[in-house]
Amino acid sequence: MKRAFPILAVLTAVLLSYGLYGALIVAPTEKTMGDVQRIFYYHVPSAWTAFTLFFLNLAASIVYLIRRNPKADALAFAAAEVGVVFCTVVLVTGPIWARPVWGIWWTWDLRLTLTLVLWLIYVSYLMLRRFSTSGQTPMMAAVLAVFGALDVPLVYFSIWFFRTQHPQPVIGGGGSIDPRMLHVLLINWAAFSCFAVLVCWSRYHLEVLSREVEETQALESLLEAGNSR
Amino acid sequence: MSYLYAAYVATWAIHIAYLGYLLRRYGRLRTEIEDLKKKR
Repeated sequence: MKRAFPILAVLTAVLLSYGLYGALIVAPTEKTMGDVQRIFYYHVPSAWTAFTLFFLNLAASIVYLIRRNPKADALAFAAAEVGVVFCTVVLVTGPIWARPVWGIWWTWDLRLTLTLVLWLIYVSYLMLRRFSTSGQTPMMAAVLAVFGALDVPLVYFSIWFFRTQHPQPVIGGGGSIDPRMLHVLLINWAAFSCFAVLVCWSRYHLEVLSREVEETQALESLLEAGNSR
Repeated sequence: MSYLYAAYVATWAIHIAYLGYLLRRYGRLRTEIEDLKKKR
């Protein structure tokens, strides 16, 4: 990954720039909403990336529960943290889009509420990791991650099975989209996915390194205590 | 248009704030590693 990192960083920068250009210039203006609809090119890919990261967190948590592998635990932690960042973007850009279109910032609509619940679940996960000092913390966090991930399909399919204020899906579910809009959407999704891989890998690396430093510090303290006797 | 720009700016503000947090943590970790090396 160390060798691939700079290549991926360049690719991400190119994709993000092209994605921004596509969202602001290439994509046609939507007839009903006008230019504000262009928020879609950041809002939707951010949501998809957050879902992917939460599934990565679930997979790594299951691996940890089965094998007790600390690297899987570190990956689960990294994926959850970066997932929360992307989910925050969704929860911030959504109301900014809703205000001019619906006339309100927020409504307790099923999809919006479930997304907020999803964010709260993963914030609780991060709080548990941050403040719990128990040796069982990774296991408790992994179990919470398994239950938390159940909310992801609920968020995704809520607009398929229930009547909600939130628009219907643009891909699948009978929705249709202009091919130029779809192209820009997919470019931005690829860009945000590459960006998420870079950030998640950095966070994972940081987590592994900080655990090693903590272990070495603990060992040093023990040696110092042993020498002073 | 102001809502559109607000959404894009907010997106990048969130990502940049998080990247800044990661960089600060890397910096602190590097200092801790240096301290450990000095002790040895």
